[in-house]
Amino acid sequence: MLNNQGRPTTPKDTGSAAHKTFTGNRGLQMEEALLFESGRLDVTGVDLDEPAPFVSRLGALERHDEIGLPGLSEPETMRHYVRLSQKNYAIDSGLYPLGSCTMKHNPRLNESMARLPGFADIHPLQPQSTVQGALALIEELAGWLMTLTNMEAVAMSPKAGAHGEYCGMAAIKAAIAAKGEGALRKVVLVPESAHGTNPATAAAIGFEVRSVPAGADGNVHPDAVRALMGPDVAAIMLTNPNTCGLFEREIVEIAQILHDGGGYFYCDGANFNAIVGKVRPGDLGIDAMHINLHKTFSTPHGGGGPGAGPVVLSSRLAPFAPVPFIKRDGDTFALVEDASGTQALGRLTAFHGQMGMFVRALSYILSHGADGLKQASEDAVLNANYVRARLADLMSLPFGNRPCMHEVLFDDTWLKDTGVTTLDFAKAMIDEGYHPMTMYFPLVVHGAMLIEPTESESLASLELFIMTLRDLAMSALRGETKRFEGAPFYAPRNRLDETRAARSPVLRWTKPAPIVEAKAAAE
Amino acid sequence: MRYLPLSEDDRAGMLARIGVSHVDELFADVPTHLLLKEPLDLPRRKGELDVARQLGRMAARNVAASSVPFFVGAGAYKHHVPATVDHLVQRSEFLTSYTPYQPEISQGTLQYLFEFQTQVALLTGMDVANASMYDGSTGTAEAVLMAHRVTRRKKAVLSGGLHPHYAEVVRTQSQLASDEVVTLDPDVGATEDILAQIDDTTSCVVVQTPDFFGNPRDLTAIAEKCHANGALLIAVFTEVISLAALKSPGAMGADIVVGEGQSIGNSLNFGGPYVGLFATRTKYVRQMPGRLCGETLDAEGRRGFVLTLSTREQHIRRDKATSNICTNSGLCALAFTIHMTLLGEAGLKRLARINHAHAVQLSGLLTGVKGVEVLNPTFFNEFTIRVPGKAVDVVEKLAAKGVLGGVPVSRVLPGKGLDDLIIVANTEVNTDEDRASFVAALKEVV
Repeated sequence: MLNNQGRPTTPKDTGSAAHKTFTGNRGLQMEEALLFESGRLDVTGVDLDEPAPFVSRLGALERHDEIGLPGLSEPETMRHYVRLSQKNYAIDSGLYPLGSCTMKHNPRLNESMARLPGFADIHPLQPQSTVQGALALIEELAGWLMTLTNMEAVAMSPKAGAHGEYCGMAAIKAAIAAKGEGALRKVVLVPESAHGTNPATAAAIGFEVRSVPAGADGNVHPDAVRALMGPDVAAIMLTNPNTCGLFEREIVEIAQILHDGGGYFYCDGANFNAIVGKVRPGDLGIDAMHINLHKTFSTPHGGGGPGAGPVVLSSRLAPFAPVPFIKRDGDTFALVEDASGTQALGRLTAFHGQMGMFVRALSYILSHGADGLKQASEDAVLNANYVRARLADLMSLPFGNRPCMHEVLFDDTWLKDTGVTTLDFAKAMIDEGYHPMTMYFPLVVHGAMLIEPTESESLASLELFIMTLRDLAMSALRGETKRFEGAPFYAPRNRLDETRAARSPVLRWTKPAPIVEAKAAAE
Repeated sequence: MRYLPLSEDDRAGMLARIGVSHVDELFADVPTHLLLKEPLDLPRRKGELDVARQLGRMAARNVAASSVPFFVGAGAYKHHVPATVDHLVQRSEFLTSYTPYQPEISQGTLQYLFEFQTQVALLTGMDVANASMYDGSTGTAEAVLMAHRVTRRKKAVLSGGLHPHYAEVVRTQSQLASDEVVTLDPDVGATEDILAQIDDTTSCVVVQTPDFFGNPRDLTAIAEKCHANGALLIAVFTEVISLAALKSPGAMGADIVVGEGQSIGNSLNFGGPYVGLFATRTKYVRQMPGRLCGETLDAEGRRGFVLTLSTREQHIRRDKATSNICTNSGLCALAFTIHMTLLGEAGLKRLARINHAHAVQLSGLLTGVKGVEVLNPTFFNEFTIRVPGKAVDVVEKLAAKGVLGGVPVSRVLPGKGLDDLIIVANTEVNTDEDRASFVAALKEVV
């Protein structure tokens, strides 16, 4: 069919005659050089006037050498980073079922609130009389976190989840020292299914890690804890809901064992998003728990941070919270920044924590309200169970077909003898337009596939995801290994050689040697 | 609720398909008596307009840096960030992606991290840099731990010019790990004898330049003494733009360079999120904390990037890891990289000259205020002044006159008898009118 200018408007079917392009680009998918290959030392995308003549006060240390930092003009900068962005998968572009990471919708209202000059453009050390609204906001968020968890206090300054763990465990160490048991209680119990940050944190604070075996049902059992409990035990670090996606059903008894033995209960709150408004950690006997604002309260993950990890504390640990903390007197707020004369465990970071994340989290919380937060937890759990129910006939559930929390864990038993591994299956999902689930974690099951759809997915979106996984699964079971080996085929890159990267690390760009010298060196 | 796509019909149908009659059956593992039957006694959901009003009222109770003559520094600095930076960091693909665990669909994040690492290595004069830390203070504490691993010693010496919050973070961490720390007295005039503290039990010496009081420090002799004794020199900075004006710590012999990158690309944010920069020598890279991005090839031989050397990290090594860090400061690192790309060497050096020129101008004006003394012989963009009376009161009175005139030293170093000192910063954002207002107000209050 032709339009009135004679230009064909109906394409001919030419099949999939893919060919190599001159540029390496594939239509909208652009190859992009490194900044160091396209930029120039004398180019700048920022117009600044030279200052009027002045007498330098830099002294003998003035820098005169070349740094080697290339610049780009503004349009070039824009294009460079837009093109790079287009090589990323993102929650805004598709379902991101990365278990334990909680890739839920990031509302843009939160972004605009965080950018209000009254929050983004205030200095941590300007007079407190000029930042009363900021202190009020931190107190408001703290109030919500304490009420949602039914805990006595909250330390707001930790910068991320692992930093929160560090804070909570440091408070436990301080409490033990205050009781004069510092030399005695040196052991922290950590289940095998724990996030790697848990044992790393315990070790960083000088505790010795003792591993708690997981039960055959994916839960930690009181008997296993009792067997390891003793006068040398400082605490347990337990994730609840745990990394198998299950609520620790005997958690109250486990807490009791710790408390009876003079120990403390640290809860890794990475999965708090499953139970907000459904059950309060304080009612379970928990002494400290960090809350990943970037998971449960949807501050954006930003390609790996920044996060924020406030820690709620029980009355037994509250006095040991680090500085700074806020004291309220009517409508006036005062920051306590000096630990001397208090039982505070010290200071964990300069200034007052991740204010930008606090604004976003509070915006998210106020938008949901108590009713919306509860609904979000229920929908997250519902969505995960729906995926479980629809895939249970094809894929294997290591702990039986029982209800899960906000994420569902499969293992690779069902892939046995297919020639397809968890890794292959995950990479084939990329070709179908999905980010893979968390793979090979937790370590307690073989070839783990941990799927967390979150409450942000519609039923239609879930259905397509489920049908896609079913199609892939049946394909694997039929032995169609071609679809899996070498996948992904349609991503900006196919599988990358990680061994090569680690064996001779290239961690920065360096100016290539001129061709003549390179040739000589090769000879 | 606008963020939740499921309808009541959807929910009912899904529950039926799962084979339960009520959502609480999915919470069967929760002890029944602890399962909340009703939403907690907290406010209900709100529309955008209501949330924006409520938060807007809180924001309005704060004095924004851009709304007044503003001279507050001491570890965080007010700079102009080009509009392009914030536009780009809000791209969905950057803002709403996770840590690049699946490199095939994360090349955007990985490539900018590689660019970031290169920029930081160049600026600091070091071989390699990591993909960022939470901030300068936690990065400094991690640097001390790294030095302990490298030297197999446990004693850190902290200069009296190190930012007091940074020193406190190091002391808190060291106390928890039973490591030793020697903190020198506050060193306003950069006259301390740190060389006398270095011996063959020293793991590392931590020196900030320009220091907390604004003095640029020559690290050369300290580096030599450290190396002669098998110790490492950790150089710290809080104002990254100073690296364009002053000899790089790498050139002066530092083994680890760590600092705050907020000044480039990032807002003040009342203290966070910020971005810690961390660089070292190649020979120590396997003892480095934090994420690292490396170059490699894909199966077709095309260049690509991956997270690498992860055998140092907690998800592999657990209690034997170099650090418990999992998150870095990805998006802040991106903002840093984009702003640095816009500046380039030419722009960055000019920006540094403007900062310095403005500070020189202000120091001249303040010297003319009766009773006020500028203490620094040399400085970059901030310096310390002595005022008659209590610095805290002076700063409050200035604030009442609509000028945010710096940080009283006693706020961060209480009980040290340093009650009459103010740290004053001056950047490219300050105009001649700002400086005139500051000086006029100061004349009235002292």
